[in-house]
Amino acid sequence: MFHVEQSSAKAGPVHDVLVIGAGHAGCEAAAAAARRGARVGLLTFRAEDAGQMSCNPSIGGVGKGHLVRELDVFDGLMARAADRASIHRRMLNRSKGPAVWGPRVQADRKLYREAVGRLLGESGAEIIVAEALALVIRDSRVVGIETSSGTLPCRAAVITTGTFLDARMFVGERIMEGGRRGQTASLSLASQIREIGLGQGRLKTGTPPRLDGRTIDWARLEEQPSDADAWTMSALGDEIRQPQLGCAIARTNSRTHDIIASNFGRSPLFAGSIEGRGPRYCPSIEDKVKRFGDRDSHQIFLEPEGLDDVLVYPNGISTSLPEDVQDDFVRSIEGLERSEIVRPGYAVEYEFVDPRKLNAVLEVRELPGLFLAGQINGTTGYEEAAAQGLVAGLNAAAAALELDEVRFDRRTSYIGVMIDDLTLQGVSEPYRMMTARAEYRLSLRADNATTRLGQAAIDADCISNRRKDQIESHFAERGGSSWSDSDEARADALYAPYVARQEHEWAAVQQDARVWIPQALDYATIPGLSNEMVERLQIAAPETLDQASRVHGITPAALSALYVAVARRVAA
Amino acid sequence: MAVETIFALSSGRPPAAISVIRVSGPQAHSAAFSIGGDLPQARNAVVRELRHPDTGELLDEALVLRFDAPASSTGEDIVELQCHGGRAVVDAVLGALASIDGLREARPGEFTRRAFENGRIDLTEAEGLADLIEAETESQRKAALALAEGGLRKQIETWQERLLGLCARAERAIDYVDEDEGIASVELGNECRDLAAELREWLERPRVEPLKDGVRVVVAGPPNAGKSSLINAIAGEERAIVTDLPGTTRDHIEVPLALDGIPILLTDTAGLREAENKVEAIGVERASRLAEAADVLIWLGEDEMAPSHPRRIDVHAKSDIAAPGLRGRIPVSAVTQEGIKDLLQAVAARAKSLLPGEGAVALNRRQASLIDEASRAVGAAAESGDPVLTAEDLRHARAAFDRLTGRAGVEDVLDALFGRFCLGK
Repeated sequence: MFHVEQSSAKAGPVHDVLVIGAGHAGCEAAAAAARRGARVGLLTFRAEDAGQMSCNPSIGGVGKGHLVRELDVFDGLMARAADRASIHRRMLNRSKGPAVWGPRVQADRKLYREAVGRLLGESGAEIIVAEALALVIRDSRVVGIETSSGTLPCRAAVITTGTFLDARMFVGERIMEGGRRGQTASLSLASQIREIGLGQGRLKTGTPPRLDGRTIDWARLEEQPSDADAWTMSALGDEIRQPQLGCAIARTNSRTHDIIASNFGRSPLFAGSIEGRGPRYCPSIEDKVKRFGDRDSHQIFLEPEGLDDVLVYPNGISTSLPEDVQDDFVRSIEGLERSEIVRPGYAVEYEFVDPRKLNAVLEVRELPGLFLAGQINGTTGYEEAAAQGLVAGLNAAAAALELDEVRFDRRTSYIGVMIDDLTLQGVSEPYRMMTARAEYRLSLRADNATTRLGQAAIDADCISNRRKDQIESHFAERGGSSWSDSDEARADALYAPYVARQEHEWAAVQQDARVWIPQALDYATIPGLSNEMVERLQIAAPETLDQASRVHGITPAALSALYVAVARRVAA
Repeated sequence: MAVETIFALSSGRPPAAISVIRVSGPQAHSAAFSIGGDLPQARNAVVRELRHPDTGELLDEALVLRFDAPASSTGEDIVELQCHGGRAVVDAVLGALASIDGLREARPGEFTRRAFENGRIDLTEAEGLADLIEAETESQRKAALALAEGGLRKQIETWQERLLGLCARAERAIDYVDEDEGIASVELGNECRDLAAELREWLERPRVEPLKDGVRVVVAGPPNAGKSSLINAIAGEERAIVTDLPGTTRDHIEVPLALDGIPILLTDTAGLREAENKVEAIGVERASRLAEAADVLIWLGEDEMAPSHPRRIDVHAKSDIAAPGLRGRIPVSAVTQEGIKDLLQAVAARAKSLLPGEGAVALNRRQASLIDEASRAVGAAAESGDPVLTAEDLRHARAAFDRLTGRAGVEDVLDALFGRFCLGK
């Protein structure tokens, strides 16, 4: 092993960037780094896991769909894979303004995995089947990864282990190690991350039981058809060849709620064995019944998992109740009386890292060359993970090859909103993208991602010729005579007066963004800051005065004091 | 994005002999040109007539000084306008500047901040600035506390909470597509309307300013109606120039008084009539504007010429020599002092209605303008029809409240959002 390391050190490492984990964040990170010209290795427990949708079989939604469209501008994998795998498409929020239209598709699990695998292959990233055991750190830099099949040197590394860090699964009273059904957890990496001082706490997430579609009485359920018009997730707009299916809506009833309520004591959520905080906006069914006792019904969306798959994902009843209770309450629902549970639902509790320890390109501030992306940073959802993967991948390549950083800001992308929220405010519960988080929502639409980010994608030099042509022809169309008839132009016109007002707000933000805060600044020496503010500023380590203004609990007076202290330092 | 051009009254509160208005930023010179014409050379002064850029209305005759960047106190282009120190003059000039595109009123400490940013003041001065900023927030805090005794803070918190709830519901309608859409939107609109109406009702209440600056009582009437004599009789001293020739009082004169403990600013005006010469025309114009800006108007002229005003007191002046007055007028004689007491009582009664009651909550100008902004935004939210725009208007209203008190982040909306509703995925 020693000799291997020596010889490869002389020749330079085989890999510029190593990515740990082949989930949505890992695949995007690996492909993005490869698109910028890095030699990339993608470490995974099993090759076939790449691009696996471990929870709901859908991509996009309100806020999430916006992320996917942004990712697509940089030639990310998710939108194209979703188009190749889509079996049901719905543009959510059509009745509302175009700023909040949310493209969402049901994807065939198998087709999706195949599509991601193919795109990943095209990117040139090498898949390495091995367990990552530890990071090799020298002079406070990551220089390699120790794996179950030897040490691999690298110039930059991206950790995207999702829920796998010291994860525990709960089905009723049963507790198992592992991040996903039938898989192992990354224990040694977790303890190293704790040693480095990155670990923060535990979060939980859950998944519903999977039903056998042949045992569902579809005729008694309300149908939800796929959209008739042929929109696509990706701006490249490849034709969708596979058939599009309908979904169905079922509803819980008072009997369902009674069954659940009488078994609260058997839920690990309430029995106290789960400590991690779950997302309030994606609550388990037992949570919903407990917290919203006045509601006598909750909707369940029955989503097929694939064209040649009998499994159905009942969206809305994620649970960690014991299997017999899951059977009982599912069968109390109209249309599901005879349904069979193929796999019970479960809760996962996992360790996450305080994302405030990362900078605006998701690099660990204390360990240059190490990037973290995805659920490990406290987010939930494929789209959030994938978007972070893009940022980490583009910038890991930058770190390894000495390229320009690629930064995203709140004014031009949801990706920027998310990174800014995570790295400045941190998380106390799983972070999910919602349009409410974006103060410039009227300009950040799913329909104008190319306009917003096209130039940045070209500048980052991370896109195919085909994509570049698409972006350039979009820019050309904008200048053309028929532009005013386009959906994007109409939306621009609709929001123009509001956007003009926001421009002023943004100008004020920019003013503060030009005031850089030295990273060595000792906040404790600044008069007028409370101890609590000093602590929060130290953890979040804002790079500019504008970022400091978004650190939780920082008052305008504190900002002024900070500003003066910084200006004085610069002058000195 | 270019640096904005800012302006503000840089000398003390009017009335004063001279008021200095400073304009700083890239548009300072062009803005000054558009209200005062050709500028002098840098570091020189000229006298110019200032006119409103849109209406051409004469505002004042002022001394105009020019400084070029970077050799100025802020390091930017600066124009200083030294105007007459009357409040109406200052308001008019500030108003004219505000009407120019790209100009805005400076925030507290902003000239100093720019000076510091542009390296015009050194470290020791910067330290002084830090103290200044602290002192400013401290005094703001104290002022806020003083107001809170009357419950304003609690009131604002109640509004903020209601607004946050409205925001949360608007956001919910957007981000939770599968929940029962539309049901709440009519209800939401109604609640927005209620809140907007309540805010407007507060805006109509007595303000803090009359208490601090005095209730402005304007004496107006045709030339030679006896306005100056009346003021002298009230003030008990020869403040205004009194002659028998019509049109002697060319500018207005302000006399601060205390009536029953109510601060009063008594203002004499030039006679309201068709002026014969130009200089007097300015005085007449000012007088009618002053009458408009009056909190209480004492009218000495004929009924048919009387400007309409919610708190007008009609006086039958020179009661010692004039024919008996009409009913409903207070007969007053500056010579015999007849009726002065009655007049003062009438003034005090009307002035009192403008002051916040004992222990009542009153808004100052800044608070009122932010609450006005919030009220308009909430009103717009009710009418927009699209949840996205409703949410945007509510966000704007929230920003106004944030500026009023401190800050509330997006996270707060989400807390409100998720704490109150059941949300399916």
